[in-house]
Amino acid sequence: MSVTPLPKPQRRPPAGEPMSQTEELHVVLKGITRVFGGRKRETQIHALGPLDLELRRGEFFSVVGPSGCGKSTLLDVVAGLAPPTTGQASFEGRAVTGVPDGIGVVFQEDASFPWLTVRDNVAFGLRRAGVDAAEIARRVDYAIGFMGLREFAGALPPQLSGGMRQRVCIARTLVLQPRLILLDEPFGALDQQTRLLMGDELLRLWRETNATVLLITHSLDEAAMLADRVGVMSARPGVFIDFVETGWPRDRDSRVIATPEFGAINARLWEKLRVESLKHMGVH
Amino acid sequence: MPREAWIRLAVIVAAVAALELLCRGGAIRHTAIIPPSEMAQALWRILRAGTFNADIVTTFRDIALAAAISIGLGFALGVGIHAWPDLRLGLEPMLASYYAVPTFILYPVFIILFGVGSGAITAVAVMLAIVAMITATLNGLDRIPSALRRTARVMRMGPLSTALRISLPAALPYLFTGMKLSVAYAVIGVIASEFILSGSGIGYSIAYAYNNFDNQTMYGLMLLVILAVVVINTGLHMVDRRLNARRGR
Repeated sequence: MSVTPLPKPQRRPPAGEPMSQTEELHVVLKGITRVFGGRKRETQIHALGPLDLELRRGEFFSVVGPSGCGKSTLLDVVAGLAPPTTGQASFEGRAVTGVPDGIGVVFQEDASFPWLTVRDNVAFGLRRAGVDAAEIARRVDYAIGFMGLREFAGALPPQLSGGMRQRVCIARTLVLQPRLILLDEPFGALDQQTRLLMGDELLRLWRETNATVLLITHSLDEAAMLADRVGVMSARPGVFIDFVETGWPRDRDSRVIATPEFGAINARLWEKLRVESLKHMGVH
Repeated sequence: MPREAWIRLAVIVAAVAALELLCRGGAIRHTAIIPPSEMAQALWRILRAGTFNADIVTTFRDIALAAAISIGLGFALGVGIHAWPDLRLGLEPMLASYYAVPTFILYPVFIILFGVGSGAITAVAVMLAIVAMITATLNGLDRIPSALRRTARVMRMGPLSTALRISLPAALPYLFTGMKLSVAYAVIGVIASEFILSGSGIGYSIAYAYNNFDNQTMYGLMLLVILAVVVINTGLHMVDRRLNARRGR
């Protein structure tokens, strides 16, 4: 490709502090719980935790778990969209209070802006940040090319398929150069083949940006295929009951699904997850 | 022009032609309804003579003012109510049944407050039109997908920025429906009020002509109102179509 790649994000320590051991840990969650509902114990819903999690910088981490186990709540806590009831979440060594700088989120539902063209959608965040026009044009052009949207740059999202709209959302996130990318079942609304191909795109994106990726999915295949490490969550209240290292090389793609290792990983994930799913369905 | 437009035009032409024939043929008394061609001639004379120019200006000025206030204030109130769910729950039944109440019965109150004239008329028209805009605003804000709001939060946008750059464009098609309704109610409110509340304006002039058995003037002015409403609504419809086309609907 003759397109100029985005500059790699620089690692900078927080002002005045030396690079410490915790810098290598990009995201740290300790004793996180999230409880919904009023003060009365009877009406409270214990959605999540207590759980601990550490993500290494540049890691591709996936979370699988039964429905309702609190996966999306976990994402909200990491992204700073919701405060934990107890516990501490930190990103790049600093406590998370509100949405920190350097985070991008892709949701399951289509979050593209239907009144803006693809190009304007992708440029939205950059324009707000006051980046100069030439730089915006360069970055947007690159992101659109990278996500295969060049043909549709002038189209409006309602004119595109679900898969294309998700690519717009991913391009919009990519262009802001996030250091942590959170994805909440981003391919849930897509068909199987599109999901596999989008998985490959996601891996390309990950390698290109060197970002840390947290992918939430209910698909064991997807988690096993894409991630360096998979966290298995229990039924509600969700806690991590297993971490599985996949051991894939960095330059992997969807063709790993043909390997025996993939089968073994899947089997291990399901062994733990099956019990939790039955609990969720009320069968013991 | 597409087929539906031809059919529509044919229906209108047929209805007008039928009325013309019935009037000319004597089936409808001349003192009751004058033929459409005479209405058009009367309107032409009125416009050329300019006798009612001041009234026409007064009426359209009041309509524009009532529409603007209803839309602006209605939108602001809608946003406020939407942000306060408890208040909304309390107000919802009242908003839902608002149009069952004939708002015109409040006109004595407005006469006391504003005196006879444009003030009272505009007030009645606003009372009529504002709830349509409030309801449309609530509906539009409801329809904003939560994924868009969450995206705004992830982009660290403040409440004002989110409102102007995300909520407003997202809700615009629904808001526009409210605007169309508000304009329609403003027209109805102003002209109907002028019958009873005013000493000037098209509505007053129609009532005056009626009281003086001046069919020509009366029907000429009625035709003017009909034509004005058609033009206004066609314009709004075209804007609406363009808004929806941008959304790919």
